[in-house]
Amino acid sequence: MFEFCADPASLEGMQWTMCYLTTGTHMLFYASFGTVLLLLAITAPVALLFGFGGAMASRSGFLPLRWFGKIYTSMVRGIPDIIFFLFVPLALDQAFEWTRHQFLCDSDAPVRQGNDFIVCAAAKLPLSNSAAWVHDVYGIFLAIIAFSIVFGAFAANVLYGAMQAVPRAQLETAEAYGMSQRQVTRRILIPQMWTYALPGLSNLWMILLKATPLLFLLGVEDIVYWARELGSSKTSAFAYPHPDWRLYYFLGILVFYLLMTWLSERVLGRVTRRLSAGQATMAGERQRKAGVA
Amino acid sequence: MKTLTLAATAILLTAGFASAQTVRIGTEGAYPPYNMINDAGEVDGYERELGDELCKRAELDCTWVKNDWDSIIPNLVSGNYDAIMAGMAINEERQKVIQFTQNYVPPQASAYAAMSADADVEGGVVAAQTGTIQASHVAETGATLVEFATPDETLAAVRNGEADAVFADKEYLVPHVEESNGELVWIGEDIALDEGIGVGLRQSDTELKDKFDAAIASMKEDGSLNEMIGKWFGEGAPLFE
Repeated sequence: MFEFCADPASLEGMQWTMCYLTTGTHMLFYASFGTVLLLLAITAPVALLFGFGGAMASRSGFLPLRWFGKIYTSMVRGIPDIIFFLFVPLALDQAFEWTRHQFLCDSDAPVRQGNDFIVCAAAKLPLSNSAAWVHDVYGIFLAIIAFSIVFGAFAANVLYGAMQAVPRAQLETAEAYGMSQRQVTRRILIPQMWTYALPGLSNLWMILLKATPLLFLLGVEDIVYWARELGSSKTSAFAYPHPDWRLYYFLGILVFYLLMTWLSERVLGRVTRRLSAGQATMAGERQRKAGVA
Repeated sequence: MKTLTLAATAILLTAGFASAQTVRIGTEGAYPPYNMINDAGEVDGYERELGDELCKRAELDCTWVKNDWDSIIPNLVSGNYDAIMAGMAINEERQKVIQFTQNYVPPQASAYAAMSADADVEGGVVAAQTGTIQASHVAETGATLVEFATPDETLAAVRNGEADAVFADKEYLVPHVEESNGELVWIGEDIALDEGIGVGLRQSDTELKDKFDAAIASMKEDGSLNEMIGKWFGEGAPLFE
């Protein structure tokens, strides 16, 4: 990074610190914050979509679809997250590779040979000769699916409850105007349910935020991985030897998560106020009175 | 029909290119001097240098993959990478699940290190890394075993008093003991536990095993393996005859 960093052994004090904090590994550490934010940015909308699908399925008049929605929400919510996170990426990966093996390989060797799970080179996902970043992206992709399935189930339950909470009178009025069932759902039910769903959804967002260190379990090099790796004591085999500094690194991560929480609370507070406007809820009523007065 | 045949050949051909051997080598990256992540963020250490040389001799195209120690064997058998070079000692228990090449580090000693010379390694609390031969050994003695996911955490446990002593590969502990300014001391005699360290491979991967075996044998023969051991582990390290 800096020119004076060429010979780390001769550095002292401030310069040592500056060079130490700009090593390649530290850059990867800083970049891993981006990984976490990226995961949040993709997972939150995808999980919300899963949740919306689950909630609509649970309300459906078509029995098998209703079963599917109910089973999805109750099953996924009942399984410990950590087991799900260990199971889903592994199962998905093997399912993908097994499927590709059926189509892309001309060998009839069994996929399972004793302890080994073997697909031919062409069926590997990603291919064994693809670049390292492809493997990383694939890992994050599997993680996003696992996160989305789990948080989608919770979101489905929240949205289902919110849909039930919309006053029946509102829907009845719409029906009286001659709207069809779909129009009622689209024009009345969905716009009104958000204000009921928001407390539950904001809770979920906070839990999702706190669950991101689970990435580390899935082998994605996230901030927890790098904090542990960089903080561990380094002998003189390394350019910047130091004792056990994990405490400081973890403290840094702690501050990061607190900041994220603080920021989320502010944004969510604003969204809540916005959504309450004109609603037949207590918050909406308060806003109306304040506006009038 | 003709286009179909053409397309099929094209797919077959490209599939053939795709299978041009890239061998992915899994390592822990937290076990200096065997393997570590250097300051540029790359896998480094004795095994990196050795692995690259072995691949050159076996004419393989190799890439390195970091993986947690805990899941390093399961991820090998499920095909995430093709070989393990992570300071993994050859022992019977592991050979039930994977196979090893001939050793590339001679049988070496394991040793106890502690903060005081009178630490009780027979009846006290001893730290070791999960799933290592050292952990199995401690479990068989009268000592209470505490396991940690990384080797560094076992040392940290001794330094902050959580454990009375740490039991690990001697070559791993040597730099830590030497650089601790007398804080850490050796306890008792070295103990021989393993048959050396080898490359871990899937049991079905005999072809790769033969290639690695031949490459290791050629390095033993021309003395370059001993030279490399001397470079990374210092003068006192055990060498091949």
